[in-house]
Amino acid sequence: MATVPSDDVPELARGIHDMGGLPGGAVDRHEHAVTLWEKRVDALLVLLTRKGVFSVDELRNAIERLGAEAYTSLSYYERWTASIAWNLMQRGVIQADELGKRMAEIEAEGRQ
Amino acid sequence: MTASRFRAGDPVRVRRAFPPGHIRTPIYIRGASGVIERDCGDCINAEERAFGRPGLPGLPLYRVRFRQHEIWPDYAGPAGDSIEIELYANWLEPA
Repeated sequence: MATVPSDDVPELARGIHDMGGLPGGAVDRHEHAVTLWEKRVDALLVLLTRKGVFSVDELRNAIERLGAEAYTSLSYYERWTASIAWNLMQRGVIQADELGKRMAEIEAEGRQ
Repeated sequence: MTASRFRAGDPVRVRRAFPPGHIRTPIYIRGASGVIERDCGDCINAEERAFGRPGLPGLPLYRVRFRQHEIWPDYAGPAGDSIEIELYANWLEPA
């Protein structure tokens, strides 16, 4: 007998990240070589949290709030990137239009 | 916040609550009964710190042991199998 039957959970209570007990499909066990941009995102998060700009709990919180579509389509470090950007905007470190302008510039340069 | 202080071996029940916010207690374990495996000490309250607040004073964090057969209706493993989850004191009540 399940302690918490799945149909007994309030509809809005389960975040997309809270997937324990749901069918998950096969686990992809392939090794993934970490790319340079992923290392940079990792380093950026370490810097930001050590300097106290925001915490890893705030990182996780924003990731949980990406919405189901974004959460499932983004890769691990893409989620981090989206959360870091959101948290930096929340803290007033960067502005949304400033970020958009810079992203357009980098895209125009053809950089990754 | 006042929370019960538990010791290893104490039976506890996880609060069956569904508050909004950043929650560290997975849905599937809410309402379940288990046993305190160890007291992990006082830890920063991550459910508070997730919103930019300090999360202090810290809350007692406990590792709680649950029996897999009591959690999953179709669990096919050995009867003695257990799962351990670290849970904050504000989610636990004496069973």
